[in-house]
Amino acid sequence: MMRLPYFRYLAPRTVHEAADLLAASAGDAMLVAGGTDVLPNMKRRQQVPGTLVGLRQVAELKQMTNGDGLRIGAGMTLTEVVSRLKIPGPYAALRQAAVQVATPHIRNVGTLGGNLCLDTRCNYYDQNYEWRKAINFCMKKDGKTCWVATSSPKCLAVSSTDTAPALLALQATVTLVSAEKTRQIALADLYRNDGIHYLTRQPTEILTAIDVPRLGGWRSTYWKLRRRGSFDFPVLSVAAALKFAPDGSVEDARIVLGAVASRPLETPAASASLIGQRLTDEAIARASELAAVPARPMDNTDFTLAWRKRVARDFVTYALREVRGDDVSKLRLSVARQLV
Amino acid sequence: MKENTLRLIGKPRRRVDGRAKVTGQTKFADDIMLPRMLHCKLLRSSVPHARIVRIDTSRALAHPGVHLVLTGKDFQVPYGILPVSQDEYPLQPEHVRFVGDPVAAVIARDELTAFEALDLIDVEYEPLRTFSTPEESLEHEQPRIHDYGDRGNIHKAVSLAFGDVDKAFAAADEVFEDTFFYQGNTHLPIEQHASVAAKDPDGKLVLWSSTQTPHYVHRAIARALQMRPAHIRVVAMPNGGGFGGKSDPFHHEIVVCKAALLLDRPVKICLTREEVFYCHRGRHPVLMQFKTGVKRDGTITGVHLKTLLDGGAYGSYGVASMFYTGALQTVTYHIPTYKFQGCRVFTNKPPCGPKRGHGTPQSRFGQEVQLDKIAEKLAIDPAELRLRIVEKPDTLTANYLQVTTTGLTECIRRIVAASDWKTRFRKLPHGRGLGLACSSYLSGAGLPIYFNDLPHSGVQLKLDRSGGVAAFCGATEIGQGSDDVLVGCVAEVLGIDPLDIRAVTGDTDLTPVDLGSYSSRVTLMMGNAAIQAAERARELLADAVSRKLEIPKGRLVFAERRVFDAEDPDKGVSFSEAVCLAEAAFGTIGTTGSYTPPKLGGRYKGGGVGPSPTYSYSAAVVEVEVDASTGWIHVPRVWIAHDIGRALNPTLVRGQVEGGVYMALGEALMEEQEFRRLPKRLSDALVHKFPSILEYKSPTTLEMPEVFTELIENPDPRGPFGAKEAGQGPLLPVMPAVANAVYDAVGVRIDEVPITPEKILKALEAKAAGKSPRYGPAKFADVPWPETLQVPPPWEGGDGKAINSPPKAAKEPARKSPATEAVQS
Amino acid sequence: MKRQVHIAMQVNNEPVEVSFAPYKTLLEVLREDLNLCGTKHGCELGECGACAVLLDDLPVLSCLVLAVECEGRRVTTIEGLVTYGRLHPLQEAFADLGATQCGYCTPGYLVTAKALLDEHAHPTRDQIREALAGNLCRCTGYQQIFEAVEAAIQSSAERGEAKLAPRSARPEEAQP
Repeated sequence: MMRLPYFRYLAPRTVHEAADLLAASAGDAMLVAGGTDVLPNMKRRQQVPGTLVGLRQVAELKQMTNGDGLRIGAGMTLTEVVSRLKIPGPYAALRQAAVQVATPHIRNVGTLGGNLCLDTRCNYYDQNYEWRKAINFCMKKDGKTCWVATSSPKCLAVSSTDTAPALLALQATVTLVSAEKTRQIALADLYRNDGIHYLTRQPTEILTAIDVPRLGGWRSTYWKLRRRGSFDFPVLSVAAALKFAPDGSVEDARIVLGAVASRPLETPAASASLIGQRLTDEAIARASELAAVPARPMDNTDFTLAWRKRVARDFVTYALREVRGDDVSKLRLSVARQLV
Repeated sequence: MKENTLRLIGKPRRRVDGRAKVTGQTKFADDIMLPRMLHCKLLRSSVPHARIVRIDTSRALAHPGVHLVLTGKDFQVPYGILPVSQDEYPLQPEHVRFVGDPVAAVIARDELTAFEALDLIDVEYEPLRTFSTPEESLEHEQPRIHDYGDRGNIHKAVSLAFGDVDKAFAAADEVFEDTFFYQGNTHLPIEQHASVAAKDPDGKLVLWSSTQTPHYVHRAIARALQMRPAHIRVVAMPNGGGFGGKSDPFHHEIVVCKAALLLDRPVKICLTREEVFYCHRGRHPVLMQFKTGVKRDGTITGVHLKTLLDGGAYGSYGVASMFYTGALQTVTYHIPTYKFQGCRVFTNKPPCGPKRGHGTPQSRFGQEVQLDKIAEKLAIDPAELRLRIVEKPDTLTANYLQVTTTGLTECIRRIVAASDWKTRFRKLPHGRGLGLACSSYLSGAGLPIYFNDLPHSGVQLKLDRSGGVAAFCGATEIGQGSDDVLVGCVAEVLGIDPLDIRAVTGDTDLTPVDLGSYSSRVTLMMGNAAIQAAERARELLADAVSRKLEIPKGRLVFAERRVFDAEDPDKGVSFSEAVCLAEAAFGTIGTTGSYTPPKLGGRYKGGGVGPSPTYSYSAAVVEVEVDASTGWIHVPRVWIAHDIGRALNPTLVRGQVEGGVYMALGEALMEEQEFRRLPKRLSDALVHKFPSILEYKSPTTLEMPEVFTELIENPDPRGPFGAKEAGQGPLLPVMPAVANAVYDAVGVRIDEVPITPEKILKALEAKAAGKSPRYGPAKFADVPWPETLQVPPPWEGGDGKAINSPPKAAKEPARKSPATEAVQS
Repeated sequence: MKRQVHIAMQVNNEPVEVSFAPYKTLLEVLREDLNLCGTKHGCELGECGACAVLLDDLPVLSCLVLAVECEGRRVTTIEGLVTYGRLHPLQEAFADLGATQCGYCTPGYLVTAKALLDEHAHPTRDQIREALAGNLCRCTGYQQIFEAVEAAIQSSAERGEAKLAPRSARPEEAQP
């Protein structure tokens, strides 16, 4: 059986306490909320924090409020997020993303904040200690080379969070709290296109809440490519949120790709191409071509990179057609294996 | 036993171990927790091919909590499942052959301590050239991965001709030549291999292990540790899935035995999932070429099959696997002239071996896809084509395999009707399609793994005055329901309830030998042994009751826990009274039964692989939906019919069939044992691409289509109550049926497994560009075949012997082995 | 740092106190420190579902739950499905209908299916597939598992959860 290494476990009851503990542990501590990302990483010795600061008992992280928009505590489980979004309205992309994370069991403990901070993934990195030793390790942990592209100066591990593309399309902001200060930033600014330093969050900061603005007139969705309808991380995903004018033309648009870089990728050209247009098949086709351009999948996930790149436009098409109001339930069944 | 007298057999029934399993009380090897138990971890090679220069264990030994560190020096004698391939050491003494090959073991107070100490063992390696593909191994004879085998890095190559195929092709109206590739894949049992070894209070060795073959493990331990076999007890715990992956004796089993003997404390090991991928013994990657001659009506004139198997780093069952790629084509369809050339090479990857279907799914895929192409060219419906060429019952095939009964015709008719084949095949809208394929499989290998004249299965019964019966047999419960077959057969014959019987199985001290749960042999062989033992017991009881009640023996009925007069059912005794009467008359009541297969097979070299007392047959139709833009493939429905002879417990048979379809769809669509070689200028590494359950894609509840199962019951005279196997055969037709369905859906041929969206899209792009609408290997490899052994088929006056004797390839034995064993071939 | 941790929790409706090495997950504590070996493991990384248990009535993977975080919580394992010697209707149906072959993934399926039926009295086949999508079974092909869950719904509905009528051919009721 794979075993965790020894660690010190701390269980603060408030965000304040947690921030103080993080500040005091000087880089040796990691946060654990649901644990579904950090614990496997620790068992594989990819992450070996001396201290775990558990957020389970921090009640303030588990609240969801509807004010001017939606405020979701980072400690809410994905199951809770899904069940609170039974009638998701403009937030359909978030519901679709959350409901497709991993498995029902994992969604029952995995949190929204945890999914946003999910460690980047790579077939050379998400391996046991013994396996990584057999390739003399990689840049992201214990080694020097990025085996995905050996001349790459930076790590190419893949952003594999489902909810980040969705929340980016929904123009979310996040709150980060440290012992010194609290700051609110656009979710887009949380991410960097670097497999190692993929977050701008400081090690002493806690992601406490996600705010999504009120999105009158918006419709959104999320599509995910993976081999199986369960368990698998995305190897390509598309979140789309569109605002429609009363005449049915597109007033504003956000199309975000997931799992094709070390951060979720916004596709401004594709989005711009839709503004002022009606969502005709031609407009969708044009936007899909444009959206697929920045996708740079690498050979470090499931499926071949050429194919993942090739089908990006199809997945954008699925998303835009669904936002237009097409019945895509059969596609959902055969591609996403979503039954209910 | 007469059809109309069966009370239990043939009726759906809760399996005898059902309650234990649903309450979580079934004890698997890792559930054994013993006082003073220590824990073992193995250090495995981090390099793919190297000489070991030096191992320093001193730092590990000094680590607090470590009790013992073992290395290759502690083991002198190699072992292996086949007598011809005794090429494994519990820990490699000098030569490592793949990333994952064990080199040292740490035994510590707990698993975490042992894991920590692994990193304190210093091993210095001298790298050797790494062979990552069969082509590389064929190209370079040096360095040799093993110092035995046919030559260079060829483990074994054969060439067999049953008649003159060139003449057969000349006589054909059309000759088809197709090359296929079948990727390797693995068993992925959810239970990771685990073993516990201990000295029993008498000082003898006990091993509890998740093994499908306790008898062979028993022999391997005796050999590797040079111990008296009578002082070794191997207990096969129920396996949490096996599928062939727990059929070899494994390093870890022998290491914990050694450690327990040295420390006189129980020692446990439970492998991680990654290590299970390194144990492997799964499906061989096979490159193959089928050349088939046919008449205009579809009749086959001759087949020439070439296969190249990527064996990985060790022998395992590989020689048998190689022969199996060529064995069963003739059992399915009538092939009057047949040539088979097979070659297995060593590479620096985890060893391949027997996975469900052992060696036959690969060439079954090739043959069934080629038949689909033939049917199209000849403008014959693929189902009709097969109906014309199915092998007939009571036939001796070109390669001397004896077909007794075959339900293949009925299987095909049933799935054609159930799937509405005639109105839907080639008529569905673009993007949807149906594909059909057939198969056959052994019901037990006709020969044992090591040469002997002994029974393949033994059953012992002890009848108690209480009316309870204990049934002892070496067979191993791996989920397939072998305990239920044992108990069901005995209960049927003695007229008692299955719950009155205690099954004691898979224990080399307590149970008579059964060779193990492999080659679909248990139901047929153990079942026949159980019936014989039970009939002998019934005879004793009938004698005593007949005397007591003065009823002729022939009129006595055993049913409802009673023994009574068929003509006056009120006149009789309870079963327990019958036992007491018999015990008073004859002494303690115990009987045995055993099963030895009839003498089967040709007497040519290689004729020992393929013979079976009887063969099962299956046919399947698969429906697919293919997205032409992405190549995405979705399987909504599968229809399968299986010739089971007789379903002893239909609930379990259906489970075997549907489980086979499931595993087949995994292989057909997504499962791959893939490897990654790093850029050679930077690294020697050759690693398993993703030794994890997450990245090795096993279909979930969401991928599994609806399966419509039909069981064809036509009792076979050689089967227990007429039963044949169900565990492996139903897997076989599914992969080619998927490929054939893809062709029906979008008009492209995927001559390769797995059939992924990427490959479909590539073939569609080729088609759009006016190129061959196909994805698959371009050509077969250049193999230095040995001279062909000529064996005339029965209809050319042959007697099963070769008429020439080609010179033997120069061979050296791996090492002088203390227990020299005859080569089974 | 390496000393044992001590917690109290409810396991299968009984209060339990247990000491264990601090790095252990709930899976390890259940199996190794509480001797509840009915909960299995196949990867320890959240990739197979074999270790599923109910934590505060929700199905979770015990291999990804820190045992130190279980203070005061309710855990239900396969051992807790039998009440007063009676198998849960799901257990009866799984045993009767071929939903268990090797039996290794079975405990994970049973606790997950129990949580489903506790929440929805009459799930559809699709809802059953979704709820069980986090459990892998290599033996059955799932179909008999779906059928068993459906049969258990039926039998629960017919009998009422509280008083289950005995069925024939069970050891408990076997007549001498």
